[in-house]
Amino acid sequence: MESKERFILNVRDLHVEVRTKEGSFKLVEDINFGIKKGEILGLVGESGSGKTVTSMSILQLHDRKNIQMTGSITLHDRELNGLKNKDMRKIRGKDIAFIMQNPMNAFTPVFTIGHQFIETIQAHTSLNKKEARELAVNVMESVNLPEPEKLLKHYPFQLSGGMLQRVMIAMAACLKPSVIIADEPTTALDLHSQLLVLRLLEKIRVEHGTSILLISHDLGVISEMADHVIVMKHGKIVETANVLELFDNPQHEYTKKLLRTRPTLYSEKQPYTYTL
Amino acid sequence: MGTYVLKRIITIVPIFLIATLVTFGMINLSPVDPAEAYFATAHIQATDEMLEQKRHEFGLDQPLLIQYVNTIIKICQFDFGISYVTNKPVWDEISSRLPATIQLTIGSLLIAILVSVPLGFLAGIKKNSGMDHFSRFLSFIGASIPSFWLGYLFIFFFSVKLDLFPVEGTGTWKHLILPSVTLAFPLIALYTRLLRASVLENLQESYVLFARTRGFHEKMIMGKHVLRMAISPMITGLGMNIGNLLTGAIIVEAVFSWPGFGRYFIDAIFNRDVPVIQAYVLLAAGVFLISNLIVDLVQMYIDPRISRKGRQYQ
Amino acid sequence: MIAKLQYQLKSQKVIVISSFILFGLFMITLFAPWLAPNDPIAVNLAHKLQQPSWDYPLGTDHLGRCTFSRLLYGARISLGFAMLIFISALSIGLIIGIVAGYKGGWVDQLLMRFGDGLMAIPSLLLVIGFVGIWGAGLKQVILGLILVQWVYYARVIRGMVLSLKEQNYITAAKISGSSTWTIMKKHIIPNVIPSLAVMGTLEMGWAIMNLSSMSFLGLGVQPPTPEWGAMILEGKSYIRTNPALMLYPGLMIMIVVVTFNLLGEALSERYGIKRR
Repeated sequence: MESKERFILNVRDLHVEVRTKEGSFKLVEDINFGIKKGEILGLVGESGSGKTVTSMSILQLHDRKNIQMTGSITLHDRELNGLKNKDMRKIRGKDIAFIMQNPMNAFTPVFTIGHQFIETIQAHTSLNKKEARELAVNVMESVNLPEPEKLLKHYPFQLSGGMLQRVMIAMAACLKPSVIIADEPTTALDLHSQLLVLRLLEKIRVEHGTSILLISHDLGVISEMADHVIVMKHGKIVETANVLELFDNPQHEYTKKLLRTRPTLYSEKQPYTYTL
Repeated sequence: MGTYVLKRIITIVPIFLIATLVTFGMINLSPVDPAEAYFATAHIQATDEMLEQKRHEFGLDQPLLIQYVNTIIKICQFDFGISYVTNKPVWDEISSRLPATIQLTIGSLLIAILVSVPLGFLAGIKKNSGMDHFSRFLSFIGASIPSFWLGYLFIFFFSVKLDLFPVEGTGTWKHLILPSVTLAFPLIALYTRLLRASVLENLQESYVLFARTRGFHEKMIMGKHVLRMAISPMITGLGMNIGNLLTGAIIVEAVFSWPGFGRYFIDAIFNRDVPVIQAYVLLAAGVFLISNLIVDLVQMYIDPRISRKGRQYQ
Repeated sequence: MIAKLQYQLKSQKVIVISSFILFGLFMITLFAPWLAPNDPIAVNLAHKLQQPSWDYPLGTDHLGRCTFSRLLYGARISLGFAMLIFISALSIGLIIGIVAGYKGGWVDQLLMRFGDGLMAIPSLLLVIGFVGIWGAGLKQVILGLILVQWVYYARVIRGMVLSLKEQNYITAAKISGSSTWTIMKKHIIPNVIPSLAVMGTLEMGWAIMNLSSMSFLGLGVQPPTPEWGAMILEGKSYIRTNPALMLYPGLMIMIVVVTFNLLGEALSERYGIKRR
């Protein structure tokens, strides 16, 4: 029973500072959270709250010259902070996968989807091209993407945003990562695609027990998907709670304001000039 | 994709026709009377009847439209008329000198590409490094230095002082080196700058970050993804700059006494040898059009977005 | 922010220094007759091909003319005509730009297409073509250069007129509340003048380069006029014995062009304008 209590991804006392000509600025501080196996942790916050910094820190993709990071980030109890890039590269894409906000820009425009999918697989396994292609097709089939072989032959600009996002997720799930970080996966999509994407994430979580760090400013998405939620503002976590508790009983002032400014059927009662 | 290529090839024809129209107009606007010029270079004092007869021979008394059509027909047969100066067919004069110019320009282009691609690429990736500062310095100087002066500087240092290369003439690769490098210099300046800027822009793009999150080796991201994306504007610039290659060749040929077509052209201008001038302009237009076509085709290969814009998946 | 300021300061320094140099050059242009120790076109075969001396600070050329004096007078030609070309091209561009922008419609289209056509042809070829039709000489080269340059100015001016036209409608709607003149003064002219300045400096450098190239080919300035490009043409035969005859004129060309280019680039960085 103890293994179920353990955090797969554990962030402790994360402090990130950036050194500029004018001095050091804190980007995020006192970040503490953990994600258990098969759990979805929602990360809520507006632009500039430190969401991206946090996710980039987990992946160790910060600018090592100007950015100073203290604290502990462990994956399966293995310390990631300060890990050599050579070793970190093996983890990125394989043990921790990343899903970007804007799928149209994420893929390299001049290579086919198939090429980039296979590229990703081959970067972490010793499969040859044919085997990698088979794996890609299988994964895509298992997530109900239509006509995978045909899809793979296309270039990114030929597909819609929703389709690209689903391919990106398939690519992320393909190597069976322990953690998926999804950075605003639904923000750039239409409603139908959003639904498909969220369903897909849920499917992966259920089938593979993947832990998901779901970053979004869309409270609807968070309420739908997350088990636990952390709210960030100005680089700090202002509230941590179970999703139901958060929406029923917000503690922090900021959380309350966020919840209040959601457009509802009763929006007319809210004044226009509502500042956070 | 095939239709795109075909379309591009076909569009060359009307543009070329416009070029012929322009040169035809140019020649008719010119104060030079072909008949007079003919006799002048032959050192014959012509009477009015002789002039009239010569004009009739040249077909100058016919309506302009017919003259134009005749000119077009002749051009298709590579008949550019007879040189006023030497009385030999222009095409013979051209074809004997063209190979030398082609040798020079292709050599310079190769040197330029071989130098500027690695230089520009590395300068962009390692911004503000020594390599970067060097490339920017080189670009600046290359754009500001008169190429004829550069040529003579090279001659002065390498031929006169160090006696490494011959001063002028053709024959061996040693003869080709100094002229090619001189001609390549401004090209290197431009291409390096273009590639560097393009690389810098691309480094900011999301696809680079996404590649990193998938655990790709930095060298692979740079060498495969970024390079392929960044090289596009440089190739476009290359195509647009072919004109400078042609004009630069004229100057370099003059400096190094390179027996190419450029030098012949200048002589023709001095001598008011109109058929040769016309031929050169048309040839230049043709080269320009064809090189742009080649550049477009290369672009199409590198960037699949160009030819497939129409075909969406769903 | 400090980085930006430092950046601006550096551009500022370059602007100041290059303006200083250009000012010096213009002074030479004006005062050449007083500064030159000898008559630049005075032939003195007895003194030909001499080394530097008190009488002839940089020696003499193959006709016994003082190199130094020729260099000074050469500055007159290059810089003087560069100014002439700039002013003429600007004036023509002004007229055509205003007409095209103001009239709009087919007049605008026609003028702009014509300009596009002109720009499509490599400029030096166009000038050579000009010379080819109307013969070799300084006049023809100057005219050719003006013909090639006006298009750039016309475009900028046209842009100004177009935005001015739009402003007219807005003013008519009385949203902005300020008069046409104020708008022009505050918004449009401050944008146009830096663009024209940047263009002007770069084009002047380019004009000098081309003028000397043409003279070097024998198609521009005719002897005995002292011009740097022509001096190189004359001096090249003596490269073994008197390399100075070739070196100094070219050095002058380079100094002038470099200065113009530095100034143009610094101006474009300072005012954030894209070069052509």
